[in-house]
Amino acid sequence: MGKPIKIRAKIKGDIAEVKALMPHPMESGARIDADTGEAVPKHYIKEVVCKHNGNVVLNSFWGTAVSKNPYLAFKFKGAKSGDKLEISWVDNTGDTSVSETTLK
Amino acid sequence: MKLQRRALLRSLFTAAAVLAAPRFLFAARPDAAFEAENADAAITGAFDGPATESDQIMLKIPDIAENGAVVPVTVSTDMADVEAIAVVVENNPTPLAAMFEMTPQSVADVSVRIKMGESSPVRAVVKAGGKLYSASKEVKVTIGGCGG
Repeated sequence: MGKPIKIRAKIKGDIAEVKALMPHPMESGARIDADTGEAVPKHYIKEVVCKHNGNVVLNSFWGTAVSKNPYLAFKFKGAKSGDKLEISWVDNTGDTSVSETTLK
Repeated sequence: MKLQRRALLRSLFTAAAVLAAPRFLFAARPDAAFEAENADAAITGAFDGPATESDQIMLKIPDIAENGAVVPVTVSTDMADVEAIAVVVENNPTPLAAMFEMTPQSVADVSVRIKMGESSPVRAVVKAGGKLYSASKEVKVTIGGCGG
């Protein structure tokens, strides 16, 4: 199971502004390990799904060029205090992580 | 079963299936587009066509990135019916960095941090109302962020 996702969300009027931080090595496969001299295998988040009260509000597809410990900020409409926000990711090894928060 | 009832059930079933199907642009991640080694091929692979320059896309990215491993980028637009946003780093080994698929609830304003191997134009591609648009900015990178 991947590391938990840190989520910060605030509601401005009807819109939720969300910032998420996802600990993950995001190896592109290009980096050479200084000790072994070998390329570190690709290990990166491929898909991120953001749901509001169970409905997908953003679907993201990433490549190896997203930085290590990815940061994602997004906004969506129709947010109210008490609503649930869930963010999940899947990486190229099949590992996943899901984190949930309640909007305040 | 009477013919009319069968026909009615069939049309109800079809209608339900159409309503239930998620109205996403992409059924799955367009893997080939992410492997493409050329920016235009990546965009065509992801979106099925070339983009036209637009001044309605706000692409916020530093002019000079000290650390190519972490370059913050924000793409936003007030265009109507935004379906998807993509970030393309032209000089990266595989230019397509990220794609964001919008839903009716989305606000077209996303931020992410990307790796840039070297100085490069960075393109934001927006699919809105069935058409493809893009805006580009040249980003100078002091220390490349792809390798060790």
